[in-house]
Amino acid sequence: MLDGATPSVLDVKGLKTVFKTRRGEVHAVNDVSFHLKAGELLGVVGESGSGKSVTMMSLIGLLPSPPAEVRNGTVMFEDQDLLTATDEQLRAVRGARIGFVFQDPMTSLNPVFNVGFQLMEPLRKHMGMNKSAARKRAVELLELVGIPDAARRLKDYPHQFSGGMRQRVMIAIALACDPKVLIADEPTTALDVTIQAQILELMKDLRDKLGMAVVWITHDLGVIAGIADRVLVMYGGQVVEHAPVRELFKNPQHPYTHALLQTVPNVRGKREARLEVIEGQPPILGAPPSSCPFRPRCARAIARCEVENPLREPVSQGHDVACFHPVSATEAQNA
Amino acid sequence: MLTYTIRRLLIAIPTLLFISLIIFLILDLAPSDPTASLPLTIPPEVRAEIRASLGLDEPVHIRFGLWLYQFFVNEPINLIEQWTGASFGEESRPRVVSWQTRSPVVDLIAQRMPQTLWVVGTSYVVGILIAVPIGVISAYRQYSWFDQLGTFISMLGFSVPTFFTGVLFIVIFSVQLGWFPSVYDTTHVVTDFASFWVQIKQIIMPVMVLGLFNASQISRFMRASMLDNLNQDYVRTARAKGLSEQVVVLVHVLRNSMIPVVTVIALGVPQVFGGAIITEQVFKVNGLGHLLIGAIQGGDIPTVQTLTFIFAFLIVLFNLIADVLYGILDPRIRYD
Ligand SMILES: Nc1ncnc2c1ncn2[C@@H]1O[C@H](COP(=O)(O)OP(=O)(O)OP(=O)(O)O)[C@@H](O)[C@H]1O
Ligand SMILES: [Mg+2]
Repeated sequence: MLDGATPSVLDVKGLKTVFKTRRGEVHAVNDVSFHLKAGELLGVVGESGSGKSVTMMSLIGLLPSPPAEVRNGTVMFEDQDLLTATDEQLRAVRGARIGFVFQDPMTSLNPVFNVGFQLMEPLRKHMGMNKSAARKRAVELLELVGIPDAARRLKDYPHQFSGGMRQRVMIAIALACDPKVLIADEPTTALDVTIQAQILELMKDLRDKLGMAVVWITHDLGVIAGIADRVLVMYGGQVVEHAPVRELFKNPQHPYTHALLQTVPNVRGKREARLEVIEGQPPILGAPPSSCPFRPRCARAIARCEVENPLREPVSQGHDVACFHPVSATEAQNA
Repeated sequence: MLTYTIRRLLIAIPTLLFISLIIFLILDLAPSDPTASLPLTIPPEVRAEIRASLGLDEPVHIRFGLWLYQFFVNEPINLIEQWTGASFGEESRPRVVSWQTRSPVVDLIAQRMPQTLWVVGTSYVVGILIAVPIGVISAYRQYSWFDQLGTFISMLGFSVPTFFTGVLFIVIFSVQLGWFPSVYDTTHVVTDFASFWVQIKQIIMPVMVLGLFNASQISRFMRASMLDNLNQDYVRTARAKGLSEQVVVLVHVLRNSMIPVVTVIALGVPQVFGGAIITEQVFKVNGLGHLLIGAIQGGDIPTVQTLTFIFAFLIVLFNLIADVLYGILDPRIRYD
């Protein structure tokens, strides 16, 4: 749906983030590059610990430093490199032009301030609204995210909302100033399935209505299939595969992506005797990777994987993979 | 909240009556004799008469009943009469009278209260004003030199007793440097700037001694509470909204961190009165603590009983205040 000519709103190149801990360094993000075009929805998948959250938080300086240190890279957003921007400049971007929704709605709102206050804060700070204008907009926002009786609920505190409603409030806060980019870090993971579906519907709706670009982090490939335009697959703090969503599901190249797709239970077709699992643990890297991080768990590993970390190589239009021994198209279909 | 408060106040009545009984029984068991400090030449029969004149020959329950009646019925009526100018019933109601001075205990307390409130109140306020910013900065800059220094000083302030710091301060600032007087003159009246300056100079040492102790405790609580909150998810949300660090820390984090600290501050008020007993001795402030010590030494049971009961009352009261404040500060707490 989007051609190559659409300019990127967000262009990340060579991002490296390291945590300095007492037991040495943890290389959580290693040379991650991706871009985001206006109005598109980019899905980011990967196991727990693959560096999805750290990547996104590095972009807008949300990681506490120390221990986090962004070592390398550029993050171009509207002709500005966010990694070299001053704190003041970053604050003008955060919450105004880049909105963030976090995983756990139960703890992400401040318990002692009412929802109206928390929703009006970015409006007053970034849009310079006075109290009554901000209140009016806050009511609109709550209505937009589907909270009934919005005007009255502004005075309510977070604990008076259910989990799903709180996540709607979080989304309303993130959308408050009409951001260009919305980063949603597993926004539905902590919610039960019906609420998840509602939030997904809401997000699809809002994206069509407001036309912002969305980065959607999730474990759930089913969700990705439903809403994403393109997908980044992350492993060991790296992007191991990147493709448009249909292409990725049809033709996964990286053994990890392949394995991930196998772990999704198939509702249609024949039922597997038991669900596939990927054996082993994701790595915690004490140094920049010098071999393929997936190698210990990979059935297709070859000698070269031991001595060299594969770079992302294009395989077709808009599809690239970091693997020396990718799964071929025929194999993928037979599997 | 209101019904909760009223319910708690009603529960407090039997609690306080029970406490006063316990205090009375303990004092009765104590082998103190109001005639012990009288000259040895007084013959035993005269001593017995003195005791009888004090009402000591009555059985325990009568004496307790009398104290209850005098303190809870007669004294309040006296107060009301004083305030309104009206007079109820008979002219002379028996009051709780000090055995040492023969003057009503309530009057003694009214005379001594201002000194204690001045010294203790100022030191508590000073302690809080010092402790809160120190706690906030220490937590925000955890393990910085400021935090390390704060930790060291508060450990010192907390573990060194006030009778030691008090004497140390006197030795350094009164004896060696001669900056401040070592004795607090309670008869001093502030009329102009010069006398105000004298008041500042004489109050500074007791306030510092008590203030240091209070600040040590409260700043530790403040720091711990801030640290708890600084790692919460909502702080990240606040930063993601683009709010300045000042707003994030001083509005979002501080507002949450103050909840337990305010409780600790409220619960600490009665203890400060206790701590003041020692400081008042060291600096010769003739406040309530001074009165209590004198009464204990003289075997003046009505005074001891009444003062101890007032301390107990303060503890019960500030427990209630702490709970109510908690309910006001934390919207998640609902008592009704
Ligand atoms: N404060 C920290 N100190 C040290 N290491 C950290 C810290 N935060 C994250 N990491 C490391 O960074 C790596 C990536 O973490 P990240 O939170 O980005 O994973 P994730 O892909 O978002 O996982 P999840 O799906 O569980 O959210 C992990 O290996 C983790 O151990
Ligand atoms: Mg995460």
